[in-house]
Amino acid sequence: MAQTLTEKLLARAAGKDAVATGETVLTDVDVLMTHDVCGPGTIGVFKREFGDSARVWDPRRVVIIPDHYIFTSDERCQRNVDTLRAFANEQGIETFYDVIDDPQGRWRFDAAAGPLTSQHGRRYAGVCHSALAEKGHTRPGEVLIGTDSHTCTAGAFGEFATGVGNTDAAFVLGVGKILLRVPESMRFVLDGALADGVMAKDVILHIIGLVGVDGATYRAMEFAGDGIASLSIEDRMTIANMGVEAGAKNAVFPADRATCDFVDAAGKANGTARPYECLSPDGDAVYADTTVIDLSALEPVVAQPPDPAQVVPARQCTDVKLDRAYIGSCTGGKGSDFDAFAAIVRGRTVAIETFGVPATPAVLAHLRQATLGGQTLWDILVDAGVTMTANAGCAACLGGPGDTFGRMNEPLTCISTTNRNFPGRMGDLQGRIYLASPATAAASALAGHIADPREALP
Amino acid sequence: MSEPITGHVFVVGDNIDTDQIIPAEHLSLVPTVEAEYRALGSFALSGLPVADSAERLVPEGEQTSPYAIVVAGRNFGCGSSREHAPIALGAAGVKVVIAESFARIFFRNCIATGELYPVECTHRICDDLRTGDELTVDLAAERIARADGSADWPIRPLGEVRDVIAAGGLFAYARATGLVARRSTP
Ligand code: SF4
Repeated sequence: MAQTLTEKLLARAAGKDAVATGETVLTDVDVLMTHDVCGPGTIGVFKREFGDSARVWDPRRVVIIPDHYIFTSDERCQRNVDTLRAFANEQGIETFYDVIDDPQGRWRFDAAAGPLTSQHGRRYAGVCHSALAEKGHTRPGEVLIGTDSHTCTAGAFGEFATGVGNTDAAFVLGVGKILLRVPESMRFVLDGALADGVMAKDVILHIIGLVGVDGATYRAMEFAGDGIASLSIEDRMTIANMGVEAGAKNAVFPADRATCDFVDAAGKANGTARPYECLSPDGDAVYADTTVIDLSALEPVVAQPPDPAQVVPARQCTDVKLDRAYIGSCTGGKGSDFDAFAAIVRGRTVAIETFGVPATPAVLAHLRQATLGGQTLWDILVDAGVTMTANAGCAACLGGPGDTFGRMNEPLTCISTTNRNFPGRMGDLQGRIYLASPATAAASALAGHIADPREALP
Repeated sequence: MSEPITGHVFVVGDNIDTDQIIPAEHLSLVPTVEAEYRALGSFALSGLPVADSAERLVPEGEQTSPYAIVVAGRNFGCGSSREHAPIALGAAGVKVVIAESFARIFFRNCIATGELYPVECTHRICDDLRTGDELTVDLAAERIARADGSADWPIRPLGEVRDVIAAGGLFAYARATGLVARRSTP
């Protein structure tokens, strides 16, 4: 029977030749990822169900990435990082990207040090979805399960990647397997290439606007077409990342040369390389539907509050006055996101309070090294008036404790490169969040209202 | 669970995401710690952007809710994978959420934790019911009805899901079916 890419991936993991849509299969898990918000609860369920002295199924396949509530004085948040460390030590999990270097230490945040002092140790990796890729834990052909809804990001690498809760994750920790219902797939054929000022974020917002916030519920999103080759790996990550905002179970790109180059380099640099297999869908596979998207015809868009499907062209929203701009997160805080943002704000000054949070320490290093017109990106941002932090992580993408960098503690209107704009997402319950690409966020930060970045291009 | 569940309903709208069910600032609470589990209950649905005067699922200063049933529109539980969401509702004493549709991870987390029944009703009852109305949910008969019998609607069969939740969630079910070894000591 002809198989979609998702069916191929699940069949491989279930040790079967083929699987059928709607079938529930018990599949092997290649990597289980958890973080500081869901890890302690997952560990709690694991111990409750398998016993205090239980061992995880394979410590080399468990990746623990504290990233959410790190740079906060909240003691319970600090305790949660300590809980992860104790578990990693007990289980011999080496792929624990601790906040501190001392394996016997305790994490204590020092608010007085200020946001420009990196407070983490050498192993700290930042936002989990970016870190998974940078550290070589994403590979074609595999099944990645994470206790975070944006685990679907890793579908950019030709694997099946999805988010689950603590109980499902604890089950995986114990047995290395998960029960999955095989989803039907929606196919998106990408043609052509994006015009200047239009970014991958605009592609996925456009798609979410088309299908709605629940249009892909219980389904896979599968990308195809010649246009994929024109998208960088980071672009594909941005697109796969927000599949869950349309309700999708997973979002997957077929692996190509660029995928393998990225994966091989990351595996080699971090000593995490493992053999992998690139799978492709069958030509006559059956899809729930197929949508052709001409990338060259897309324009910059924003998603208006209160949900990510309220998508309209940025040029139609120029009357929306802004109080704040925010660049950061697994969706919009990567190196290429800051490249686009810096190119627009270079030599100019933002008109509103603007916060910048690198997703990972590697992104921070990029900002400090890469230059544009003889100036580092970091200096360009700071000179433009952007309030930066050297503490990479999730920060205000999901609000968090009151002292979180960039959190909306009042009912402001904010343009953000993040992925969700439901009420209260970045803090204040009455805050209004417009989701946009880094280019649109940059042009809007300069203007003080929503602006089309094509008019602000250097 | 074959006994019908009767209780007062708390009515919300479409796209109630996990931040509204349990605001992110409370996610440092670890659900497997008993006191923190109860604390999660006190914050259930506290992220709704409503006027201060509006009815809350869990009254100020309390840990449990007078409402056993939450009624919603489309895409209930969309957003994050946080299991804190069904757990907060379950800890508050909610037994059933009835929605036009659910987001996938929330639905899955209801089953895995066994905290509450996610019931789909294709009729948009969130438009017909008001907070405080009394409803009876009969999972075995696959119907819900106003407690005074003045109206009733069919629900989508939960199938095997009902057995998993009734057993207490994924692990109880996995032990019963041999996916995970039975405990040697009770
Ligand atoms: S950056 Fe935002 S969306 Fe991404 S993992 Fe962190 S909180 Fe979640």
